[in-house]
Amino acid sequence: MTADLRTTTGESLYPRLEPLLAQIQKPIQYVGGELNAQVKHWDAARVHWALMYPDAYEVGLPNQGLMILYEVLNERSDALAERTYAVWPDLAALMREHGVPQFTVDGHRAVADFDLLGVSFATELGYTNLLEALDLAGVPLHAVDRDESHPVVVAGGHAAFNPEPVADFVDCAVLGDGEQAVGDITDVVGAWKEQGRPGGREELLARLARVDGVYVPRFYAMTYAADGAIAAVTQTRDDVPEKVGKRTVMDLDEWPYPKQPLVPLAESVHERMSVEIFRGCTRGCRFCQAGMITRPVRERTITGIGSMVDQGLKATGYEEVGLLSLSSADHSEIGQLAKELADRYEGTNTGLSLPSTRVDAFNVTLANELSRNGRRSGLTFAPEGGSERIRRVINKTVSKEDLVRTVTTAYANGWTQVKLYFMCGLPTETDEDVLEIADLAVEVIRAGREASGRKDIRCTVSIGGFVPKPHTPFQWAGQASAETIDHRLRVLRAKINEDRKIGRSIGLRYHDGKPGVIEGLLSRGDRRVGRVIERVWREGGRFDGWSEHFSYDRWVAAATEELAPFGVDLDWYTTRERTEHEILPWDHLDSGLDKEWLWEDWQAAISEDEVADCRWTPCYDCGVCPTNGTEIQIGPTGRSLLPLTVV
Amino acid sequence: MARQPDGPPPPPTVQKLRIRYAKRGRLRFASHRDLARALERALRRARVPMAFSAGFSPHPKISYLGAAPTGAASEAEYVEIGLSVRCDPEAVRAALDAALPEDVAVLDCVEAQEGTGSLADRIDTSVWRVELPGLDPDELTRAVEAFLAADVVTVAKRTKNGLKDIDARPSVTSASASAGVGCAILHMVVRQGTPAVRPDDVLAALAAVADLRPPLPPRAVREAQGRLDDTGTVADPLEPDRTAGAPDQEAHATV
Ligand code: B12
Ligand code: SF4
Repeated sequence: MTADLRTTTGESLYPRLEPLLAQIQKPIQYVGGELNAQVKHWDAARVHWALMYPDAYEVGLPNQGLMILYEVLNERSDALAERTYAVWPDLAALMREHGVPQFTVDGHRAVADFDLLGVSFATELGYTNLLEALDLAGVPLHAVDRDESHPVVVAGGHAAFNPEPVADFVDCAVLGDGEQAVGDITDVVGAWKEQGRPGGREELLARLARVDGVYVPRFYAMTYAADGAIAAVTQTRDDVPEKVGKRTVMDLDEWPYPKQPLVPLAESVHERMSVEIFRGCTRGCRFCQAGMITRPVRERTITGIGSMVDQGLKATGYEEVGLLSLSSADHSEIGQLAKELADRYEGTNTGLSLPSTRVDAFNVTLANELSRNGRRSGLTFAPEGGSERIRRVINKTVSKEDLVRTVTTAYANGWTQVKLYFMCGLPTETDEDVLEIADLAVEVIRAGREASGRKDIRCTVSIGGFVPKPHTPFQWAGQASAETIDHRLRVLRAKINEDRKIGRSIGLRYHDGKPGVIEGLLSRGDRRVGRVIERVWREGGRFDGWSEHFSYDRWVAAATEELAPFGVDLDWYTTRERTEHEILPWDHLDSGLDKEWLWEDWQAAISEDEVADCRWTPCYDCGVCPTNGTEIQIGPTGRSLLPLTVV
Repeated sequence: MARQPDGPPPPPTVQKLRIRYAKRGRLRFASHRDLARALERALRRARVPMAFSAGFSPHPKISYLGAAPTGAASEAEYVEIGLSVRCDPEAVRAALDAALPEDVAVLDCVEAQEGTGSLADRIDTSVWRVELPGLDPDELTRAVEAFLAADVVTVAKRTKNGLKDIDARPSVTSASASAGVGCAILHMVVRQGTPAVRPDDVLAALAAVADLRPPLPPRAVREAQGRLDDTGTVADPLEPDRTAGAPDQEAHATV
């Protein structure tokens, strides 16, 4: 732990940090001062939030979720929010040596000075980085060891829908959209402070546990049965809810954030501005946790999007705008939107992109509009499953003919690079399903060469192991072992290389099966897994999302030893198929989805039955809308973008 | 690729501006690439009518001159931009200054004049000021004297291909020491060339000749760049454009 040399709270640590920055790689990531960043007066705010993305700055800075919360909080006069990111080992070592604690990049204030530390988990592989940050901050790792002088550690983001593996380290988790939740939490913390902190930390957490969408793990006790499964989850206070629901922001037009997107000086993984065009997805892909937990679909209107694009470009100077969502071509006004935005930015070298496009929603007119003023980069499609059969299992149905036709059309229209994303290790999958990926790629190249009359077209197949996620129909599935994944990738590679003439035009990018096993442990883990995370961190585990830092062996050794006393192991959490009535670690956390509906959908998957999208067909009672009092919000609105007067 | 994008070719460059800017404070930790990105975005935000290269991925016409290393501040960085519409250099300077982060200041902007030659030809030397916190100025003075007295001072320099021995002595045309608040200050005039001799290399040389070990990391500032004349002064590289452009009083569009 870092020695505490602070004198006053909220004081800048920069003078002590600066000499260290001269000795490390990429110091720019720690200095802050990004365009549109804010540093408010410490004493003017009643509630101080440190917001963390538990990965490197270059990955965390572009995250929309935190950017939104940062702005929403800083707009309040009684709140202040600053950002902090995972510190690379070179700086961490110097910080420990010189007693400089984890700091925010805005005001370079010590994280331990803040009232709250909000951490955004898009992926479970950030858990060890949370422990590292807490330790560097001088905040006790275990929530039970913290007193009222320590920040309240709040987890959010998709992975927070099963926070059990980090339940010992966080004080609360927020389920669902954060825009309104952070406001409610700020109110509660502010009032408690103003009242002189009655009842200490316990009382504060109890009050937070009564805020809609906030889960406080310490008020829920777990007991385990002889077979290792959870026997019961019981509340330890009667004033906390039995089940914690999720937050859903309705009417995105009322939440046009970020209004002033942050623009880093350092290079980031996502060098463009993003505008979220809708939230939620009801396509019903059975592997997709994001689609399941963010229902229902809520569209931003075409005019709402138009003004965010305009203001964002003016505020940032970016030359590309990503129209972001879970499946962007599904927006009810996408064609008109793409055309009108392209018209508006004609001649300005402003590019538009759709990060997530379904094959069946793609059309060339749309793609042409998107690339009209910018660069014609590659196109990406995600069929996810290799065979039509497995695509029925995962409910991402698209026929082979449609796939080949779509991709061929893209080649014929001047795109030379197409990327196809697949998963392997899906439930019921066999080698044959995966081998069909090779057939598909070969077919795509053959047809593409013919349609375009060019030999230099390329198709990149990107493939990774499937990890079953909580709150999805596949939450009961046995995960494929690393050996199975590696075997299937091997046979696939051999098949692609069979015909060299065509194989030359096909690139294969894949990850071996090992990291997926650990992600599986963390995704469907319970509180007992916390000990594994802590052990791995103590032995040096950090940045687990980075292959050069990830150590499978360290994780396996830690899991074997830490789980043995409980009579469970890595396989028990990963490759084991669950039975219908097993209590799952996240059953008391309510995404709105009916567990019975999920089970039926799991059975439907095994029988290769599809389910339609409730945007365009009648509601099939997944449970979300009635539970949360929400409804699908889609256009078309019939409005159009007004041309901007260019100054 | 032989294919050309549809549509008309980009408008030609009608005016070139030469700009001097400073990177200060926290942004001394910005690399050349970081600053280049920030500058391109600032040009867009400031709506400077840039000229673009042709082709499928058009790039704004910007040429950078040798940048100060990451970690060093500078009062004299230079860049040249090509515009598609004529603009008042002072208006561009002010708009760009406002659009860049606080720690980047746009100090000067002049129109490049025909026949005055390239900017790169007017820069061959840097003037450095290096603060060495916690170091006794007398100790620095002794080290500088020892360095200047030597004919050859070999130091190992980190390059892309590993460590390489270079002679740091000949590039340093003058050097002296002074006292600052809580620090010693090294002043020096260093010729640019390949391999480049940077402040870190000179400090390594001072360690080699006089075992100088500053207790804390140095803070270097490039104070000026230009051509070294016979009198030992470094000339302002924008001066020739200023002189040649002075009588010309055309009307300019504002940005
Ligand atoms: C852009 C993007 C990226 C970019 C930028 C990443 C970044 N730093 O944001 C890049 C390409 C780098 C990327 C990488 C990855 N991504 Co990504 N990415 C996205 C995408 C398209 C948009 C993310 C976004 O901005 N969403 C919008 C914001 C507003 O939502 P949000 O972040 O969830 O935040 C809201 C709430 O969750 C909540 N909240 C979030 N944090 C917090 C914190 C607190 C304290 C509170 C109270 C609330 C709160 O409030 C926010 C506002 O309501 C999403 C898909 C999508 N539409 O969400 C996938 C997505 C998030 N990515 C995903 C994955 C798997 C990854 C990778 C692991 C991929 C890989 N295998 O390498 C990496 C991991 C990167 C990392 N190390 O963190 C998955 C997550 C799966 C899941 N469990 O749901 C998603 C959902 C895609 C998908 N369909 O599966 N990604
Ligand atoms: S409740 Fe019905 S309408 Fe709402 S998301 Fe579920 S299936 Fe769709």
